[in-house]
Amino acid sequence: MLTTAERRRGLAGGIAVLCLVALFVAAAVSALLAWDAGASSSRLFSAYTLSVLRFTLLQAMLSTALSILLAVPVALALARQPRFAGRVWILRLMALPMGLPVLIGALGLLGIWGRQGLLNQILAADGRAEPVSIYGLSGILLAHVFFNLPLAARLMLAALERLPAEYWLLSTGLGMKRLSVFRFVEWPALRQVSGGIAGLIFMLCATSFTLVLVLGGGPAATTLEVAIYQSLRFDFDPPRAIALAFLQICVTGLVLAAMTRLPVPETTGTTAGRRLQRPDGAAWSARTADTLVLFAATVFLMLPIAAIVASGLKADLWTLVTSAIFLQALRTSLEIAAIAAALAVAASLGILAGRGAVADMKHPPAVARGLSAALGATSALVLLVPPVVLGTGWFLVLRPWGDVAPYAPALVAIINALMALPFVMRVLAPAVETHRERTSRLSASLGLSGWSRLKRIDLPVLARPLLTATSFAMALSLGDLGAVALFGSSDLTTLPWLVYSRLSSYRTHDADGLALLLAILCLGLAALGTAGRREVGHD
Amino acid sequence: MRKTLFSLLAAAAALSFAASAMAEQKTLTVYTYESFTSEWGPGPKVKAAFEKTCACTLNFVSVEDGVALLTRLKLEGAGTKADVALGLDTNLISEAKATGLFAPAGIDTAAVKVPGNYADDTFVPYDYAHFAVVYDTQVFKTPPKSLKDLVEGDPSQKIAIEDPRTSTPGLGLLLWVKSVYGDKAPEAWAKLSKRVLTVTPGWSEAYGLFTKGEVPMVFSYTTSPAYHMVEEKTDRYQAASFSEGHYIQVEVAAMLKTAADKDLARQFLTFMISPGFQDIIPTTNWMMPATTPSQPLPSAFGTLVKPAKTFLMGSDEVAKNRQAWIDEWLGAMSAR
Repeated sequence: MLTTAERRRGLAGGIAVLCLVALFVAAAVSALLAWDAGASSSRLFSAYTLSVLRFTLLQAMLSTALSILLAVPVALALARQPRFAGRVWILRLMALPMGLPVLIGALGLLGIWGRQGLLNQILAADGRAEPVSIYGLSGILLAHVFFNLPLAARLMLAALERLPAEYWLLSTGLGMKRLSVFRFVEWPALRQVSGGIAGLIFMLCATSFTLVLVLGGGPAATTLEVAIYQSLRFDFDPPRAIALAFLQICVTGLVLAAMTRLPVPETTGTTAGRRLQRPDGAAWSARTADTLVLFAATVFLMLPIAAIVASGLKADLWTLVTSAIFLQALRTSLEIAAIAAALAVAASLGILAGRGAVADMKHPPAVARGLSAALGATSALVLLVPPVVLGTGWFLVLRPWGDVAPYAPALVAIINALMALPFVMRVLAPAVETHRERTSRLSASLGLSGWSRLKRIDLPVLARPLLTATSFAMALSLGDLGAVALFGSSDLTTLPWLVYSRLSSYRTHDADGLALLLAILCLGLAALGTAGRREVGHD
Repeated sequence: MRKTLFSLLAAAAALSFAASAMAEQKTLTVYTYESFTSEWGPGPKVKAAFEKTCACTLNFVSVEDGVALLTRLKLEGAGTKADVALGLDTNLISEAKATGLFAPAGIDTAAVKVPGNYADDTFVPYDYAHFAVVYDTQVFKTPPKSLKDLVEGDPSQKIAIEDPRTSTPGLGLLLWVKSVYGDKAPEAWAKLSKRVLTVTPGWSEAYGLFTKGEVPMVFSYTTSPAYHMVEEKTDRYQAASFSEGHYIQVEVAAMLKTAADKDLARQFLTFMISPGFQDIIPTTNWMMPATTPSQPLPSAFGTLVKPAKTFLMGSDEVAKNRQAWIDEWLGAMSAR
């Protein structure tokens, strides 16, 4: 239902994003491949690589399955209780883990689950001699669930909230039992998004680095990302690093392809856009059950964060906040995060426009279908390209043009944008596609297009997903250390960099304080991203 | 939206241009690691002290750590802007020499006194510390007295160590165990692995676990307790003295062949082993000075462990065997 011009613009947008992303990655990879490292000292496909690969996939699959399974009841409960005190704060809380540097998150978790953590203190007071140890696979899974359950729950909640409000009225009117509501209303909606969410979490867990090493307890717990980092940082063997990165992309890509190939029925329906009400959540039993689920989830998320807050408060926060270096890092971090978020959102809109244009064709030629698939794959797989590869590669690319330092902030922002792209896509794609289904015929028949359509039809509905996506991307970029660490120079100080730098010069208290400030910042961003959440549905 | 984006891009660009606009004065560019230039590190004081004597501008460019420093120089090759690289450790020297980027210092290093008989005409030491197991006195009344004690001790008392694949202290422990146990190192690692709570990617993570109370022992330096005594006024954390001797980490600096002003670079290296620089090191870098400083060290340093014997392998030997020894370590540590 697009005009020819709109379709052409959509295709052009999609192709442009695809080319830019491909160019950015290819430039880095080819620069590294061109590097002459002499004879590569170690074999690529050794028993070691295989065992690392096996462990990478095992922990990623288990982490993904656990995160998704545990997120379902949380999302259902949140959706069924659209209005209760503190709901919006639970949602904001869920945005926190993503914006925390992983090491800080890990230390917070250990404050609860560690050998000297709250749990073991309670157990010890109860007379238990040997502390419960989480180090090993269980620790890795715990941490991955802590970081990814909120992400999954938020994305699932968004899917449930996109369902037409009429569904809930109808299901109550029909007197549907809890199980039937789940089977006929909620599950189809969740199934539509769960493949994509699972893929996203799978990638995050497969490329996990610090968490796996710190909580894994020993080198038996190693991911391919560790091997890539080692071959690029310690051995400086770029071809080997590239080979390992390719291995990571191929194997993980295969798993992802299998995961997202599950048939997905379409569930969008038309709606009069009435105010969302959940009569099925009003019953006493439903309220109790939902309260219990939400209480458990909040405690699970809140306790480690409380541990971070408690240690952060021991720092001299006022001195930290007013120090010149903090203000400089804050400014740099926010600038990079804002640019990264803007780029990621723009790229996502380009990809969606391209895919929308292809979907709009009655008989898309093979090229167009290929483009659509490539766009989908790009947005999904780019997370698998290790930032260390992109950073080092681009360092080599820019080297002939003189000093690399001035380009560093831009590069970090682009790398962050690429990392955020899959997240932003998960937020925007369903919203944009559902919106298009619902409005394209109407807009076409009204002759609305271009700017006026954007202003009158699109923005009022899409403003909120856009805001959410932006805050997601910004939080992600704020918490990211990886991309900065490569260029690290005194001109480029970000907040996570500052946290690590304090830790590496014994100043643990300052690091705790900075982590707390970072958490507050992320909470602020989450508040921004959920602004107007109280207004569920559109009146 | 577009307007904001542009203004942000412009702001970022302005920031970068400001950084590249440099003074016209004679400048010396020193590449180093991040904790050296942080606000409490030696960097700011060294800069002020050197600039007083040289009528020049001293610029630090800092990267993550010593390993990243060498990688950065390899990436930049002969086109590097660095005049001096400060912060490599002795294990990296063989690799650093292989790059062919460094020039002999050509300065008088007679004043340098570093345990383990380290000497080199290109790489000049500026500080050192022995590796050590640091423990929490509130948990341990009787810390391990030797590496053997550590290896064979009660497995319920845990230690956090660093990964030799990703960190220099991790490599230090690997070499220490190799120096003491030789061919029996895998057996020692298999035993020790039962005591290892976790293996972290770098020193910061392990030390963070230690100061949070999660683990009562950590692999660190003999000088770590000095920080807690001087800055936090507590002697809670102490280093254990091992009867076999301790492995040493010596930090070195060198001039690059491509240095723009070789005399200035030499002047910096000379300054580096003079009291003006060496006095700053102990309480900012928390390492032992490489020459005798002009003022006595803070009293806390007098209480630190002074190893009777120092282990230091030649960097060629390390470079040749590192991968094989790491594989050996992986095998022994993964088996548990």
